[in-house]
Amino acid sequence: MPVILETDSRFKELDEYIDSVKEKSGMLIGVLHRAQEIFGYLPKEVQSHIAERLNVPESTVYGVVTFYSFFTMKPRGKYQIKVCMGTACYVKGGNKILERLREELGVEESEPTKDGLFSVHEVRCLGACSMAPVVLVGERDFYGRVTPDKIPHILNSYRQKEAKNNED
Amino acid sequence: MAVENTILICAGGACISAGEESVKSVLEEELKKYALDSVVRVVETGCMGACNLGPIMVIYPEGVFYQKLKPQDAKEIVQEHLLKGRTVQRLLYKGPTGEIKPKAKEELPFFKRQVKVATRNLGVIDPVNIEEYIANDGYFALDKVLHKTPEEVIEEVKKSGLRGRGGAGFPTGLKWEFTRKSKSDEKYVICNADEGDPGAFMDRSVLEGDPHSVLEGMEIAGYAIGAHHGYIYVRAEYPLAIERLGIAISQAHEYGFLGDRIFGTDFSFDVELRIGAGAFVCGEETALIQSVEGKRGQPVQKPPFPAQKGVWSKPTVINNVETLANIPVIINKGAEWFASMGTEKSKGTKVFALAGKINNAGLVEVPMGTTLRELIFDIGGGIPNGKNFKAVQTGGPSGGCIPAKYLDTPVDYDSLMELGTIMGSGGMVVMDEDTCMVDVARFFLQFTADESCGKCTPCREGTRKMLEILDRIVEGNGEMEDIDRLETLAKTIKDTALCGLGQTAPNPVLSTLRYFRDEYEAHIKDKRCPAKSCKSLIAYTIDPNKCVGCTACARACPVNAINGEVKKVHEIDQDTCIKCGSCYEVCRFDAVEKVDAIDLVTN
Ligand SMILES: Cc1cc2nc3c(=O)[nH]c(=O)nc-3n(C[C@H](O)[C@H](O)[C@H](O)COP(=O)(O)O)c2cc1C
Repeated sequence: MPVILETDSRFKELDEYIDSVKEKSGMLIGVLHRAQEIFGYLPKEVQSHIAERLNVPESTVYGVVTFYSFFTMKPRGKYQIKVCMGTACYVKGGNKILERLREELGVEESEPTKDGLFSVHEVRCLGACSMAPVVLVGERDFYGRVTPDKIPHILNSYRQKEAKNNED
Repeated sequence: MAVENTILICAGGACISAGEESVKSVLEEELKKYALDSVVRVVETGCMGACNLGPIMVIYPEGVFYQKLKPQDAKEIVQEHLLKGRTVQRLLYKGPTGEIKPKAKEELPFFKRQVKVATRNLGVIDPVNIEEYIANDGYFALDKVLHKTPEEVIEEVKKSGLRGRGGAGFPTGLKWEFTRKSKSDEKYVICNADEGDPGAFMDRSVLEGDPHSVLEGMEIAGYAIGAHHGYIYVRAEYPLAIERLGIAISQAHEYGFLGDRIFGTDFSFDVELRIGAGAFVCGEETALIQSVEGKRGQPVQKPPFPAQKGVWSKPTVINNVETLANIPVIINKGAEWFASMGTEKSKGTKVFALAGKINNAGLVEVPMGTTLRELIFDIGGGIPNGKNFKAVQTGGPSGGCIPAKYLDTPVDYDSLMELGTIMGSGGMVVMDEDTCMVDVARFFLQFTADESCGKCTPCREGTRKMLEILDRIVEGNGEMEDIDRLETLAKTIKDTALCGLGQTAPNPVLSTLRYFRDEYEAHIKDKRCPAKSCKSLIAYTIDPNKCVGCTACARACPVNAINGEVKKVHEIDQDTCIKCGSCYEVCRFDAVEKVDAIDLVTN
């Protein structure tokens, strides 16, 4: 994994956010959310930076990062595929969707694909139970009543989008 | 020009997922094209509840209800309905027997049998427009309480009989009174919007569809206990709720309903958002307080209760979203009115999220004491595909399953407790004959084992041990003693875990053992899964008499385990088959069958 240098311009963006927070106490989680938005993940360098800026021990930052499943210390795919594992989705075959996705992509757990395009994540109930089973790609693309045979089609639509972006 | 038509488009979570945004943008383009945009008002509302019919649109003054819309349908609606005055028959709701219901919102039992209190504004107002909230009595209750003493407000809430909707059902008025009586220079109100139970989306719908009702409820709580500051703790999985709350807070500030000296009185109140980060245990109040303070969300021993020592060690009231959304109505319509609904010990109404194997999956609000049968069959439309009802799961990972023989139970806190489950936050997941109850118990145990924060041993180790046993059973490697082991472990964890997560984690196992013990025994003794759902115990085969050789299954199979030529009977190679069920899903001739694997071996 490449090390993020202290001169990286993204740190400036993060610092601007930290400075904008008036009430520093209790804001660690909020700062981590923002940092993950900016960097995509929370490697050690970013955690140390935050610890220093908020004046808390690095161990505290690490403790919080590892406690919450939303935070990740490893990069994720460009398109994060979230498979809902809520009760309704589970009852309606969410695990079959998950298996098929990992098989199609040749990945285990939530590691990104070799091309860095996708990573697959089991997530807690997305609250769209009436459409179960559901898959969310990125933050906005919802797929409801998904069946395993629809998976290749869904994946291809993103591959095509990428190919098109690369052409432009 | 005066507005001639109002179009309400449901922008609840399910409708958005089903493509509401594109429907709306085509609609708006089309209205512009025909210069109708000044006489037709388009309002995006919160969840209307009929989530399986989305995207939904209701056109007034007639009240015509259009459903399952595609973007292109919006064109037809403008050209036919609005320009020519002709209802688009094709897009109307059709009942199970084909009868057409043009005004479904007034005609369908799904809508007619509901009584909306906490969800009063959902599907009615535009959640990002504070004026619509005000026009529906919004912030009227706040004004009213500021003319009363805090003690009078608490008395009113106590008289209403309102109990917390977040799970435990603690009387809200009493909780406020305790916090009021705690001496401190500062106090806090926290709205618990963590809604972690899988299968529940009530709070999400209220936050997205009527955020001001939650803010108003918090302010009333603040006035009652003597707090000036509130936090809303929302889970990160709900970005739209976060966005709408942000808008609501800034609008309320603009209109002087939040901030300093509200309505010119001495009362000041401010609300801040805190975003969760994916930890179920943070819904538990003491863990939530830790998380609001930016720490690891680990529960702490009670007492002291938050009413004495909460966030920043100050007295704190924590209430659930739905609890708070009820408050303004109780103040406006009075405690007697609220208490006239419901059962002896559970007053008012309750919002339920119906999901799973049910026709009308969606959001409903009914008086406490409504029976499960009414909820699932009359309102929920029963079980799809002619299957049989097996059980309904309430209370999420802390709850249990209720079998068919108790369908006539009136739902309230106490009746559900007697059946070995809990009301929880109101998620109801319906299961049919294809659902394996041992697997369901395993699912919940997996959930709690994953979400256990690790602080106390009974929960951390105990849930993991129970999970190992359940894994064994669903894989066909269980022994009869395992059932006793599960029961002993369950009892120990219940008695000794630190917080509610651990104390209730064994409930799904205990309740399925109570009602579906035969399923456990079938897995263990006969190596059969009665629901034909547990992978290790089943196999897929093709009935040669039904197979027409269409090749659909062979094409769907991800591992090429199906052999056969076109128009000839196909066969599944059991050694290659991964039992993904794709062939079963795609076969249109019912030729693919699920059988007990043990029968294949002995044949
Ligand atoms: C493991 C666990 C998870 C919980 N999750 C939630 C939740 O997501 N939302 C909620 O309102 N209450 C939740 N609760 C209940 C809260 O601890 C608390 O009782 C509730 O927020 C009080 O509000 P009420 O009195 O208005 O119900 C949870 C409790 C436990 C033990």
